[in-house]
Amino acid sequence: MTGPAFKSPLDRPALAEEDAAHVSIHPPLGHLQVRHEANRCLYCYDAPCTRACPTHIDVPAFIRKIATDNLLGSARVIMEANPIGASCARVCPTEYLCEGACVLSHDESPIRIGDLQRYVTDWARATGVKLFTPGPGSGRQVAIIGGGPAGLSAARELRLLGHAVTVFEAKSQLGGLDTYGIVPFRLPAAVSLWEAEQVTALGVEVRTGTVVGLDISADTVLSQFDAVVLACGMGYVPELGIPGEDLQGVWDAIELIERVKMGEPVPVPGRVAVIGAGNTAIDAATCARRLGAEEVVIYYRRSEAEMTAYPSEFAFAKSEGVVFRWRCLPVRILGGSGRVQGIEFVATDLVQDANGGQRVQPVPGSEFMVAVDTVIRAIGQSRRARLLEALGVEHEAGVVKTTDGRTNLSKVFAAGDCTFAKGGREAMVVEAAEQGKRTARQVHAFLSGQAQGGV
Amino acid sequence: MADLSTNLAGIRSPNPFWLASAPPTNSGYQVMRAFEAGWGGAVWKTLTDDPVVNVSSRFAGLRFRGQSMAGMNNIELISDRPLEDNLREIREVKRRFPDRAVIASLMIEPKRERWQEVVKRVQDAGVDGFELNFGCPHGMSERGMGSAVGQVPDLVRQNTEWVAEVAEVPVIVKLTPNITDVRHTARAAAQGGANAVSMINTINSLMGVDLDTWNPIPHVDGLGAHGGYCGPAVKPIALHMVADCARDPGVPLPISGIGGVATWQDAAEFLLMGASNVQVCTAVMYQGFRIIEDLVEGLNHYLDARGLASVEDLVGKSVHKYVDWNDLNLSYKVVANIDQDLCIHCNRCYIACEDAAHQCIHPAEDGSGGQQLVVDVNECVGCNLCHMVCPVEGCITMVEVDTGRPPETWRQWQSIHA
Repeated sequence: MTGPAFKSPLDRPALAEEDAAHVSIHPPLGHLQVRHEANRCLYCYDAPCTRACPTHIDVPAFIRKIATDNLLGSARVIMEANPIGASCARVCPTEYLCEGACVLSHDESPIRIGDLQRYVTDWARATGVKLFTPGPGSGRQVAIIGGGPAGLSAARELRLLGHAVTVFEAKSQLGGLDTYGIVPFRLPAAVSLWEAEQVTALGVEVRTGTVVGLDISADTVLSQFDAVVLACGMGYVPELGIPGEDLQGVWDAIELIERVKMGEPVPVPGRVAVIGAGNTAIDAATCARRLGAEEVVIYYRRSEAEMTAYPSEFAFAKSEGVVFRWRCLPVRILGGSGRVQGIEFVATDLVQDANGGQRVQPVPGSEFMVAVDTVIRAIGQSRRARLLEALGVEHEAGVVKTTDGRTNLSKVFAAGDCTFAKGGREAMVVEAAEQGKRTARQVHAFLSGQAQGGV
Repeated sequence: MADLSTNLAGIRSPNPFWLASAPPTNSGYQVMRAFEAGWGGAVWKTLTDDPVVNVSSRFAGLRFRGQSMAGMNNIELISDRPLEDNLREIREVKRRFPDRAVIASLMIEPKRERWQEVVKRVQDAGVDGFELNFGCPHGMSERGMGSAVGQVPDLVRQNTEWVAEVAEVPVIVKLTPNITDVRHTARAAAQGGANAVSMINTINSLMGVDLDTWNPIPHVDGLGAHGGYCGPAVKPIALHMVADCARDPGVPLPISGIGGVATWQDAAEFLLMGASNVQVCTAVMYQGFRIIEDLVEGLNHYLDARGLASVEDLVGKSVHKYVDWNDLNLSYKVVANIDQDLCIHCNRCYIACEDAAHQCIHPAEDGSGGQQLVVDVNECVGCNLCHMVCPVEGCITMVEVDTGRPPETWRQWQSIHA
C-alpha cells in the first residue's frame, strides 16, 4: 500500500479522563497488521467465510481491496451486503461465523476478518465518503416500525429500490440496541449512529420519539402506507416476579447499559448480583465492573452448558473478574431503608421432563442469602405484544409469526428480534441486518406485484 | 465515475483491461466467462494454420518467501486446437459481446502466402484486430517463428508488411523482451506498417532444479527446456521497455502494455508510462477472471480522486519524466529520516547500510536508557536502501536537502568542464 498509515480519529487511544466503561476493550489493528492480514488472505473462490456470514459479505473481495488500496470499494462491498457492517465488525461472534470458517483456521490462524472490516468501516466513518445513492422513485410509501439494525437495514435496501421510507422510532436516536443496548467498550454509540446516517442520507423520513400505538395509531400507519415493516425489536428486561424488585439498587440490564451509553453517571458500587447468563448479562456484569463494582457475580438458574452467552464472552467476563454461580434461582430481594441489601437464592436441579425438555426444579431447603448492594436482572427482553395486537399481526407469546418475512397481513412484513424466538443464537445483530435486507426485497416484490395488478 | 473506455489504434474497448494471448483465452468458453466478469477485451490464444502438439507439465511458479507465483514460467506452445474451431468460437463471442475487443493473435511460418491466407480467414470471423506473435521464446522459436522473428528487425518488418498488405483491421505487433534494445524491433514494426505495438512477451527462463531428482522444473519425462517468464516479477522489465518505446520518436505507435499487471495500480503505472491499455495473464491464472472487478473499480476511484474524467488522461503523463541518466540533476540530494515513533527496532536498516551501503546509520542513546538508530545525514548518499528494507511503511522516508548547488546534469557538467 502507498500513502500514510490511516489512523482513525474515532479510535484514538484511551484518554486519561475517559472512564473504563467507554474505553474500547479491543484496540484496532495497526497499519502494518492490516497490510499483513490483507495480503495473507488467500482470496478463496466461493469462500467459506462469505458463506458463513449471514449477510454474505464478499469477504475476499473486501480484503483484496484493502490490499490494493481501494478502501472506498472495500467499504462499498461491506456495507452493500450489510448496512450494519460497522457495528457487526465489532460485535459479531466472528469465531462462529467468517473467521471460524476461514480455511487458514487449522494450519495457521484465521484471517482477522472482523478487525479488517472494522479498519475499513472506521476509514469510511473518518473520511465521510458517500457509498450509495437512492434508486429512482417508485411512488410507493413504506413505514418501518423500529429504527434498529433490522429496520435500518430494510430502510437502506428499500431506498436503493426507490421506495419512500418513513421510520418510526420510539427512542430519540436511531440504531436500536446498537446505539443503546451494547456496552460502549464493545460498541461506541458513534458507530451505530454513523450507520443510521448512511441510511437517512438516502432520504428517509425519520420520526424519532414516536411510539406507534401511542403517538400515532396502528390503524393510521396501516392506512397511510403501502407496506409496513415491523422491526420493533424487544423491550426492556421483564421483572423477575419476586418480592423486593421495587427496591432502590435493582436494575434492568438494558436500562443500565443505556444510561452508561448515553453518558449518564451510573454509580454501581459494592457487590453486584447479575441474574441471567446471556450476552446482555455479560455486558451488564462487565459494565458494572468497569463502573467500579468491587464484586460482580452472575447467577444462573441452569448450568454452564445451557448458558446462551458466547464462550468468548464468558471468557471475557471471567478475565474482567466476574464470577459465575450456576443453578441458583432468585427467590426474593432483601432490603432496608428502601435499598437493596441482599438477595436470597434457592439451588436448582435440572430434570428431564416427559417431552425431552429440561425443567428447573428448586431443591427444597437449599435456600441461601447473599449480601449485595445491587441486583441487575438480565433474563431476556420483553415482547411488544400490545403493538402486535394493535396492528392485528399474529404472534406467539410476542414473537411475530413470519414466513419469509411476511406476516398474516398482506401488507405487513417483519424482521429482526421481534421475529426471533427466545434464546436462539439467531438473535444476532448480523442476523437482524440480513433479515431487514431480505424483508425489504419481499416488500419490493409485493409492491411490484401490486404495480402489475397483482395482489 | 470516470470514462474507462479506450481506443488503441482504432480498437475500442469499454475498459483498458484486455486478457493477453495465453491459456485464459484458449477457448470461447473462457473468453465469454471473462467478458461476463467485465474484461474489456481479449487477445485470443495464438492461432496458426497448422496446430501444434503440446507437452504435459507446462508451467512452474516462483515461490518467493512464502508467496506463491511471484513469477511464473511456461513451456506451453500456441493454440493446439483446430483453427476452424477457434474461428467459430470467435464469431460466437463477437456476436454475444459486440462491445468488447476480440483480437486474434497469430503466428505463421514466415512465408507471405501463408500469412496472408490465415489473416484473411481470421478476418472473416470478425476480429477487431490482429496481434502478431513475434515473441514466444520457446518451441516455436526453434521452428523459426515467434521470437526467432522478433529478434531480427528485418524479419519483423517483413512479416508485418505481409500482414499489413491484406489486413482490414488494426495490426498490433507483440515484441519479445529477449533482445538487447527493444526499440530496434519496435521501429521495424512501425516501418512494416504496424498500427500498434504490444510488449512484453515472456522472458527466457529456467524456473529451477528439483533437488531430489535433479530434474529441471518443470520437466517432461525427466527433461526440461527453457520457458517464458512472466508475472509480478517481470513488471519492471516490461515497464522499462514500454517507456523506452513511448519516448522513442521512431516508434510513433500506441502501445499495449503487458508484463506483471496484477492490480489497478500496476495498470495505472503502465498507462502513465505511455501504454494505451494493458494486457493481463498471470494474475488471472493465479486468481481467476474475477480480479477484473477491483481492477476496474480501483482505477475508476483513482481517476475520480484525481479529478480525471477519462482514463486517457493518464496515458503517457510520466513519459517526459523518464530520461537518460545523463539528464539527471547531480545537485539533487535526499537523505534518510527515521521516524523514531514508528521504528520497531529490527535493525534491518542498520545492517543494510553498514554492510551494503555507506555506513551512515549509527546506534545512539535515546535519552531514556534505550537505543535508537540515527542517520548521519552528511554521510548519507540517499541511496534508498534503508527505506526499502524497512518493514514499517512510513518509518524511513527520504527527505530532500538543499545542497546549495544549482541544478546540473552530467551532460551540462561535461559541456562546461570537458
